Amino acid sequence: MKFRAKIVDGACLNHFTRISNMIAKLAKTCTLRISPDKLNFILCDKLANGGVSMWCELEQENFFSEFQMEGFSAENNEIYLELTSENLSRALKTAQNARALKIKLTNKHFPCLTVSVELFSMSNSSRIATHDIPIKVIPRKLWKDLQEPMVPDPDVSIYLPVLKTMKSVVEKMKNISSHLVIEANLDGELNLKIETELVCVTTHFKDLGNPPLASESTSQDRNPEHMAEVHIDIRKLLQFLAGQQVNPTKALCNIVTNKMVHFDLLHEDVSLQYFIPALS
Amino acid sequence: MKCLVTGGNVKVLGKAVHSLSRIGDELYLDPLEDGLSLRTVNSSRSAYACFLFAPLFFQHYQAATPGQDLLRCKILMKSFLSVFRSLAMLEKTVEKCCISLNGQSSRLVVQLHCKFGVRKTHNLSFQDCESLQAIFDPASCPHMLRAPARVLGEAVLPFPPALAEVTLGVGRGHRVILRSYHEEEADSTVKAMVTEVCLGEEDFQQLQAQEGVAITFCLKEFRVISSFRTGKGSGMPGAEWDDLAWGSRPLPRPAIFTIKDSLLDGHFVLATLSETDSYSQDLGSLERHRPVPQLQAHSTPHPDDFASDDIDSYMIAMETTIGNEGSRVLPSISLSPGPQPPQSPGPHSEEEDEAEPSTVPGTPPPKKFRSLFFGSILAPVGSPQGPSPVLAEDSEGEG
Repeated sequence: MKFRAKIVDGACLNHFTRISNMIAKLAKTCTLRISPDKLNFILCDKLANGGVSMWCELEQENFFSEFQMEGFSAENNEIYLELTSENLSRALKTAQNARALKIKLTNKHFPCLTVSVELFSMSNSSRIATHDIPIKVIPRKLWKDLQEPMVPDPDVSIYLPVLKTMKSVVEKMKNISSHLVIEANLDGELNLKIETELVCVTTHFKDLGNPPLASESTSQDRNPEHMAEVHIDIRKLLQFLAGQQVNPTKALCNIVTNKMVHFDLLHEDVSLQYFIPALS
Repeated sequence: MKCLVTGGNVKVLGKAVHSLSRIGDELYLDPLEDGLSLRTVNSSRSAYACFLFAPLFFQHYQAATPGQDLLRCKILMKSFLSVFRSLAMLEKTVEKCCISLNGQSSRLVVQLHCKFGVRKTHNLSFQDCESLQAIFDPASCPHMLRAPARVLGEAVLPFPPALAEVTLGVGRGHRVILRSYHEEEADSTVKAMVTEVCLGEEDFQQLQAQEGVAITFCLKEFRVISSFRTGKGSGMPGAEWDDLAWGSRPLPRPAIFTIKDSLLDGHFVLATLSETDSYSQDLGSLERHRPVPQLQAHSTPHPDDFASDDIDSYMIAMETTIGNEGSRVLPSISLSPGPQPPQSPGPHSEEEDEAEPSTVPGTPPPKKFRSLFFGSILAPVGSPQGPSPVLAEDSEGEG
C-alpha cells in the first residue's frame, strides 16, 4: 500500500488544517480512508463512541497538487487507517506558513503517516519539520463497518441557525440537564428544550427555512407545524457544535422522530455528516 | 549592595527573572564586583541558570558598601517574581528600579519608581546562603553551535507542548536536527507521535560538531532558554547569540547555553541523558538501544542519606564556599553514588555510570537522568579528597 500527496497552495493548506482541527474536536480516534478521488474521516457508531457516527468527505483534487495512492488491491483500491486525530491537527498546525506540505505513508519502525512541512526560513536553506503520526492499518475484513452511513428518510428537514448561537445556548443548558430535546417542524421552527423537576427551558428559533423534501407525498399528509422530536445526550450535541469553529456554507438538520438526529454540513467543499442517536 | 536600573533595562531584568522562575524555585542573588549575578537551579538539580548583569547595565551599581563584605542571599523565586510579574506594566509605567540589600535589616528592598510619582516598595526577606555555582566550562566543550535566539525559538514551535525531552544532534550534510525523544515503552500499543525539525547549516553562525553527535535534554527548560530575548530589537548592534556547547562521549556532558549581550551574560546548563554507544550515521533513525535514564526529582534532598540513592544517579556538581570571605575552600562535590569507599575516586564512578543500571529482576530497570560535568565533579586520582558528598548549601533550616 502506498500513499503520497502534496499541498502547495496556502489557502488549501489552511482549509485542510481547519478540517483536521474540526475532526480532532469531534473524534479522539478516527479512521482515515484514502481512495483515488477522496479522503474520508470516519467515525463508526460503536458503543465506545456512544453511538455517534461521523462521515467527512473531501475531494482530493481540491486540496492536493500531487496525489498518488495504491490501495489494498486492484479491486479494493482503498486504504483504511486508524489514527489519533489530534496528532494530525497538531502536525498541520506547524504548517501555517509553510511553503509545502507532504503526506505519505511510511514504515519507520512502526507504520505511520509522515507529515513533512517545508517552512520558510530567512536563510536559503529550507527548514523542515517532520511529524511521524503512528497509525494502525485497518484490515480488509473490517472495512464493511466503515461505509457511508445510510441516511434514513427524515420526518423533518430544516436549516440550522447560526451554530455559534446554538452552541452558546446548549452550553448553558448543559449545566441544568444532561439530556435535551431537539424538535423541528416544516414551518422553519426549531426548538431546543430541556426539562428538569424544577425548571423547563426552551429556546425557539424561527424562520429557519426548510429544504425541499425528497418525497412529495409525506409533505402533503403532514401538518407543517407538527414537531418531530428526538431526545439526545446534550454533551454529544455540544461536542458537535464545539467542533464547528467556522460557520459552515450550508447546515442542515434531519430529524427522525425518536430515532436520531442527522446533521449535514458543508464547509466550502468539504461535507460533514454527524449522527447522534436518540437516548433509549 | 545597591543598584539602580532604569529605562528599558527594567524590562530586561524582568524577563531574566521570568526565565529563571521557570527553572527553579529559589533565586540566589550574588552581588559581585563584575556585576550582579542571579542564579537558580531546579529541584532535581538537572537545570541551572545564571544571569550576570554587568555594572554598565545599571545606572548605578555598588556591590558592597565600602568596608563591608559582599553579601549574598537566597530568596523565594515567587516573591521576587511578584515584583516583576507584569512585563507590560514594567515597560509602560516603571521608570526606575532600585534594589538594595542591607545585611542589618535582613531585607532585600526592591523599589519601583513609576510614573505619576507612584513608588512601590517591596521588602523581601531572604536567607543567607552559600554561593550557588555550577562547575562548567563552555570553552572546553568540543561541540558548539551558535545561532540567533530566534532560530532556536522557531525550531521548538512544532513540538507538542507536553513533550518532555528532545534530542539535538548533527546529521548528514551538517544539518542540525531536533527530534522528540520518547523512552522505549514496554507497552508499545500506544505509540507517540515523533516530531523532527531539521535546520540547515546556514541558520547557524557557527557549527562545530561532528556528524552523528547528539544530546538529549529537557524540552521544557530548552523552551525557557529559546524564548529569552533581551528584546532590544533588531536595530541594536551585537544581537544576542545562543551558544550551545556540549561535551562528547563517553560520559554524558551537560549542554551549556550561553546568551551574550554587551551588558548581560546568561548561562543555562541542562543535564543530558546518557547516549548509546553507537552513533547512527543518519540521525533520522536515532534509536535508544537500551532503557535510558529518566528524570528523577529529588524533592527533599537528604544530604546524608546515600543508601537510598541509586548508584547511578548523579547531580550537577556544585561548588560551595564556606564563610563570608568568599575564598574557595576545597570544593565539596555533590555526588550520591551510594556507599562508596573513600579511596574510590573518579574513574570508578565513571565506569559505573557507563554500566547498565542495576536491575532488580522482575521490575523495570531504574531510570535516571544523568548529568555530569567534565572532570571537575570527581576528584582526580590520587587526591586526598574524602567522600564529602554534600549539597550546594548548608542543611541549616532545610528540615
